[in-house]
Amino acid sequence: MEPKEFKSSITERRKEVLASLGSLGAKIYEQIDKGYFPSIEMPSRSTENIYYDQKFRQFILGDKKVKRSARNIRHLKPFAQLVWTALFSYELTSQRKTSTLRDVYYSAQAYEMTFKDQQESNNIITDLETVLGFSREDFNIFPEERSAVFGDLTIRYTVPGYEGKTLNLTSHPDGVMIGPALTSSEFVETSADKVIAIEKGGLFTRFIEENVHKKFNALLVLTAGQAPRATRHFIRRLNKELKLPVYIFTDGDPWGMHIAMVIISGSANAAHLRDLTTPDAKWSGVWATDIVNYKLPTDPLDDIDMKRLYELQKDPRYKEDPLWQREIKTFMKIRRKAEQEAFSRYGLTYIVDEYLPAKLEETK
Amino acid sequence: MAQVTFEEISASDFFYRNRDIAGFTNPTRAIFAAIRELVENSLDAAESLKIPPEIYVRLSFEGEASKETQIYKLRVEDNGCGVPPRHIPSAFGQVLFGSKYKLKQQRGTFGLGGKMAILYGQITTHQHATIISSTDKSKIYMYKLMIDIQKNRPIILDRKVFLNKEGWRGTVVEFSLEGDYLRAMPKILEYFKQTAMVNPYANLTFVDPKGRLYKFTRATTVMPDPPKETLPHPYGVDVELLQRLIQVTPYNNMLEFLKYHFHRVGEITANKFLAFSGISPSKNPKKLSHEEIVRLMHMLKKFKDFLPPDASCLSPLGEELLKTGVLKELKPEFVAVHQRKPATYAGHPFIVEVAIAYGGEIPQRGGFVIYRFANRIPLLYDEASDVSVKVINAMNWRRYKVTPDMPIAIVVHICSTKVPYKTVGKEFIADRPEVRREIANGLREVARQLQHFLSRREHVDKEKKRLGVFSKYLPKIAQFSTKLAGREKPPDIEKLLRSVKKFGAEGV
Ligand SMILES: Nc1ncnc2c1ncn2[C@@H]1O[C@H](COP(=O)(O)OP(=O)(O)OP(=O)(O)O)[C@@H](O)[C@H]1O
Ligand SMILES: [Mg+2]
Repeated sequence: MEPKEFKSSITERRKEVLASLGSLGAKIYEQIDKGYFPSIEMPSRSTENIYYDQKFRQFILGDKKVKRSARNIRHLKPFAQLVWTALFSYELTSQRKTSTLRDVYYSAQAYEMTFKDQQESNNIITDLETVLGFSREDFNIFPEERSAVFGDLTIRYTVPGYEGKTLNLTSHPDGVMIGPALTSSEFVETSADKVIAIEKGGLFTRFIEENVHKKFNALLVLTAGQAPRATRHFIRRLNKELKLPVYIFTDGDPWGMHIAMVIISGSANAAHLRDLTTPDAKWSGVWATDIVNYKLPTDPLDDIDMKRLYELQKDPRYKEDPLWQREIKTFMKIRRKAEQEAFSRYGLTYIVDEYLPAKLEETK
Repeated sequence: MAQVTFEEISASDFFYRNRDIAGFTNPTRAIFAAIRELVENSLDAAESLKIPPEIYVRLSFEGEASKETQIYKLRVEDNGCGVPPRHIPSAFGQVLFGSKYKLKQQRGTFGLGGKMAILYGQITTHQHATIISSTDKSKIYMYKLMIDIQKNRPIILDRKVFLNKEGWRGTVVEFSLEGDYLRAMPKILEYFKQTAMVNPYANLTFVDPKGRLYKFTRATTVMPDPPKETLPHPYGVDVELLQRLIQVTPYNNMLEFLKYHFHRVGEITANKFLAFSGISPSKNPKKLSHEEIVRLMHMLKKFKDFLPPDASCLSPLGEELLKTGVLKELKPEFVAVHQRKPATYAGHPFIVEVAIAYGGEIPQRGGFVIYRFANRIPLLYDEASDVSVKVINAMNWRRYKVTPDMPIAIVVHICSTKVPYKTVGKEFIADRPEVRREIANGLREVARQLQHFLSRREHVDKEKKRLGVFSKYLPKIAQFSTKLAGREKPPDIEKLLRSVKKFGAEGV
C-alpha cells in the first residue's frame, strides 16, 4: 500500500486555542475598564442540562446557562481562579510547555491563588473547558494516566526541541506513550488501513508480538482500561484525519462494553466538549454472544455487574444500535462474563488467527 | 447516776463554739474571713461619710504555729468615720454590739464580723487586739483589748489618748491570728479584685507576708448616694417587731400608730387598711391582745394596697459605677449593665444589678465566670448553692446566641436592707422566688444587649471579611486579564471597590 501524506490540524488548533484564551482576557479586561463587575456565562453542567444528542451521537449540554460574576462574593474566588487558569493555559500553550493537573494545583500557589485541593483545581479547569469549548489537553494540561500506540504511522513533533523531527510508531516494541508530545504532533504518513483499540496491556503486547499490525495492516492502541481523554481525542484524529476505521476489543463484561462506548459516544462528564468521540468506531468484542459461540471459559456476573447492566440498558447511548441491546440482554440471560485472555484455552495464537479476523469481518 | 446540768452561755461563747457558721471554719478560711470582715467595716465607715475609701491591709509573718499553719499579724487601716471612744471597747470586744442594726443598706448587719476575727485571733494566739481610732480630728484613742468569752465583755488592757496633730480620721485594727496564708492567698487576692470591681471609687492596698504589694486603684471618685434610714414596711413585720413598736410608741390610736411607724403608710392608706381589717382607727395599740397582734400581722400581709417600699434606704451601685468597676477589673471588650427597679421580698426592699462582660481579658474556660455580690460584698464561697448561679444555669442562653465556651463574665449584685443570706458567714444567697425573678429579668436584659453586640460585631466582621475578599481577588482578576488580553496597564478597579464599600449588601 502507498503511504499518503496528510494535512494536520494541530498547528491550526493551537492558534484557535490561543485566540480564544486571549479574547476571554480581553472581554474581562473591558468589562472592568468600563466600571462593571466582570462576568462570564457558560453552559450549565448540572445533570438536568445534559442531553444525549442523536446527531452528534454523544452527550451535549443544553441551553441552560450559569453566570459567574465578580460581583457575587461566592463567585469571586472561583472567578479569579478561572482567569488565572486561563492565563496559565495561555502561557503553557504559547510556550508549548505541558503540565499535569497536579502541576496546575501547585503552580497556583505561586500566585497566591491557592486551590483548596486538587478537586477544586480540576473543577476550575473543567469550567475553563466549558467556557471556551476546548478540552484541557488543548491547553496542554494532561492527567497522569497514559496509554500507548504501536504501528506504522509516522508523526512529526511540534513540541519544542523536537519540532520537525519525525518518528515512526513501530520504532519501539513496547509502543509509544500517548503523551503530550505525541498528541500535539502532526501525522505524516501511514500504511495502516485500520485502528484496533485494545483494553488490556497484556493483549496489546501479544498483538505486537504476533505482528497483528502487519497481518491486519493496523495501528494498535492500548486504552489501558477506560481511555483517557487524550487517547480518545487521538483515536478520533486517527479516524477523522487518516480516515481509518476503528475496532475496539474489550473484555466481555458490562465494564468492557462501556469502555468501547465511551470511545464511541463520549461520557456525560465531557458533555461540554466536542472532538473526543469517534461515533463510527465499532465494538468488535468480546460480546456476550461470542462467549456463547466460542464457548469461552467464564465467571459469573455478580450483583454489581448486573446492576450496571440495568443502568446501561436505559442509557440513551445504548439505544443507538440494536447490537447493544442484544448484547445486554444476552449478558443478562447467560449471567456470565469472559476476559479477552479466555481465548488462550484454544492456544495462544487462536485469538489472532481465528477470532480477530472473524470479528473484524463481522463488524466491518 | 449521771447528772444533767443546765447552763447559760453568752453570745460570744455561742459563736466561739459555733465559729463555723460565721465562716471561721479552718485556718485557711479564717484568715480570709478576718481580712474580709475588717475591710468591710472599713468600707462601711468611709461610705457612711461619703468619702472615697482608702484602705491599707498588711499581713505579716510572726512565726510558725504548726506544720501547716503560721502566726500572722493583721493590720487594717482606713480613713472612715472612726469609732467614738466610749464605744470602742464594745464595738471590738462584745459580740452582737454594733451601729448597723438600722433599716438601711450596709455591709455589716449582725454586729459580729469584726469581733469574730478578733475572737479567733485571741483563741489561736492568746494575744490582745489593738484598736486606734479618731472621729473628730482632735484626739486619737488607742485601746488594747481582749474579749471575756464567757461574759461577752471586753477586757481593757490598756488605753491611751494622743493628740491628733496631723488631723487624721479613721480606724486602725491590729491583732495576731493563726492561719494558712499560702492556701488562702488565691481567695484573698480574688476578694480584693472583686471588691475593687464593685467599689470602683476605693483605693485598696494589700501587702502580703512575702512583702508583695497589691494595689487596686480607684477609677472614679463618684460614689453612690448613701442609703437613708427607713421605717419597717408593713409586709415585712413580724409579731416580735409589732410588740416592740407597741411598747415604745407615743401614739394612743391605731391611725397614728400605723401612720408614723410604718414605711409607705399615710393617712389614707392607714384608714383603708383599718376598714379592711375591721380595726377601729381610735383603738389604743397598747390595748391590743396577743391574739389581736397576731391577727394584725396577718392582715398587714394580706392587704394589697400598700405601696411597695421605696428604695431610698438602698444604695445600689448604679449602672455607671458598675460599668466602671467591671471595665477596670475585668478589662472586657464589651460590657452591658442593667439595674432593676426596686422590688421586695417579705417586705424588704431590694435591688438587683447585673452586668455581662464579654471578651478582652476575660478567660475562655468552657463556662461563664460568675461574680456574685451582696451589698457590694463579693461572695466567694458556696457558689453552687447561690440563687444567681441557679438562675444562670436555668437560663436558655442559646436564645441569645450565647454559649458557655465564649469568654463571658456575669456579675450579679443584690442590695437590700436585709440580704437573704443563708448563713451569718454571708457567702450565698437563699433562693427566694422574688429575688430569682429579678435576677432572671436582669440577666435577660443584659443578655439581649450582648446578643445585639455580638450580632453587630459579626456583621461588621462579615463586612470586613467581604471587603477583604473583594480587595484580594479583584486586583488579581484585573492583573490576570490584563496579561491574558496582552494589555500593558491594568484596568482601574477602584470604582468597583468603592461600590462594594457603599452597597453593603451584595447584588447578584
Ligand atoms: N473600721 C471601722 N470604722 C468605724 N466603725 C467601725 C469600724 N469597724 C467596726 N466599727 C463599728 O463596730 C461595730 C461592730 O462591727 P462588727 O464588724 O463587729 O459588726 P457589724 O459590722 O455591725 O456587723 P457584721 O457582723 O455584719 O460585720 C460596727 O457596727 C461599727 O459601728
Ligand atoms: Mg462588720
